[in-house]
Amino acid sequence: MKNILLIGWRTLTKPSAYYSLGFLVIGGFIAGIIFWGGFNTALEVTNTEEFCISCHEMENNVYEELKTTIHFSNRSGVRATCPDCHVPHKWTDKIARKMQASKEVWGTIFGTINTREKFLDHRKRLAQNEWTRLKANDSLECRNCHNFDYMDFTEQSERAAYQHSTALAAGEKTCIDCHKGIAHQLPDMKDVEGW
Amino acid sequence: MKISNIKSIVTSLLVLSCMAISTSFTAFATDKAEINTVATLRDHTEITTQQEPNRIHKVINKDIKQGRNYPMQPPIIPHTIRSYEVNKNNNKCMSCHSRHRTEKSQAPMVSVTHYMDRDGNFLADVSPRRYFCNQCHVTQLDAEPLVENTFIDMNSLMKSKTANTDQH
Repeated sequence: MKNILLIGWRTLTKPSAYYSLGFLVIGGFIAGIIFWGGFNTALEVTNTEEFCISCHEMENNVYEELKTTIHFSNRSGVRATCPDCHVPHKWTDKIARKMQASKEVWGTIFGTINTREKFLDHRKRLAQNEWTRLKANDSLECRNCHNFDYMDFTEQSERAAYQHSTALAAGEKTCIDCHKGIAHQLPDMKDVEGW
Repeated sequence: MKISNIKSIVTSLLVLSCMAISTSFTAFATDKAEINTVATLRDHTEITTQQEPNRIHKVINKDIKQGRNYPMQPPIIPHTIRSYEVNKNNNKCMSCHSRHRTEKSQAPMVSVTHYMDRDGNFLADVSPRRYFCNQCHVTQLDAEPLVENTFIDMNSLMKSKTANTDQH
């Protein structure tokens, strides 16, 4: 074992005996493009709704609930898909979230929430994960589409305009503080602030 | 002689009863026709055809209190309640209208009767029999009424009565 590692290390540290520097540089560059392209494509595939709902836990629970909400069907036909709200758009944050999501793969393999009852038992904890995440990043995923600077208060209802022009404008509150359960059903809201 | 007499009586009775039945049938039919003058949403559409659905009207969302037609009328909801969840887990209405939320929300508090059980005892929270808001409280649509409403408010009744007595 030690010998194999040693041979490997020597190969890496010694100059190449047969391949030209040009071949190695250009070859490495092309291989790099293929690797990076492949990595990114794979990442993008996992960032689609089809991928999310390929697990029945997602399709039969949260996706069914989303279908009835305004984020699925509305007058202008703009639709939010799973990753629009649940995966950050910035690359480093996205990778961090994807690493956390490996827990979800574990969950689907071992059937942590493979029935509706189990899902409902875990719903509060799962919802709280998302609320904490959105609270921490100032509802970044909401703001990817809903930009405060371009909100027309005159088009909003009086109550909405009041809350947005005061609490939200002052930064005291963020979207998720009030807009909980807008795309999925709510868990038991006892002891949740504002309920 | 006797037998023919009885026969004639029986036949006349039969004829009479038949006439009575037929007249009652026609009376019933006219009643039914009168009752059915109010058109349903399907109106006179054939059972085999599908009627063009009516336009869905918008919910009035002005946040302005509407008057009550009689003192016990549950106040109507002057705002949209789309996707408000009211179920075992939570009650979205109460996140503004419950006692401990009205200070923040400035929404009217649900009346104290909602905290009473049927024996008149006050409970700590909204009574289960008053939990489902939409059983009594509803939104209003921006639509013309399908049937003319002839309801007269009690105050208007009393006013017209006193006006009449003043004249005499």
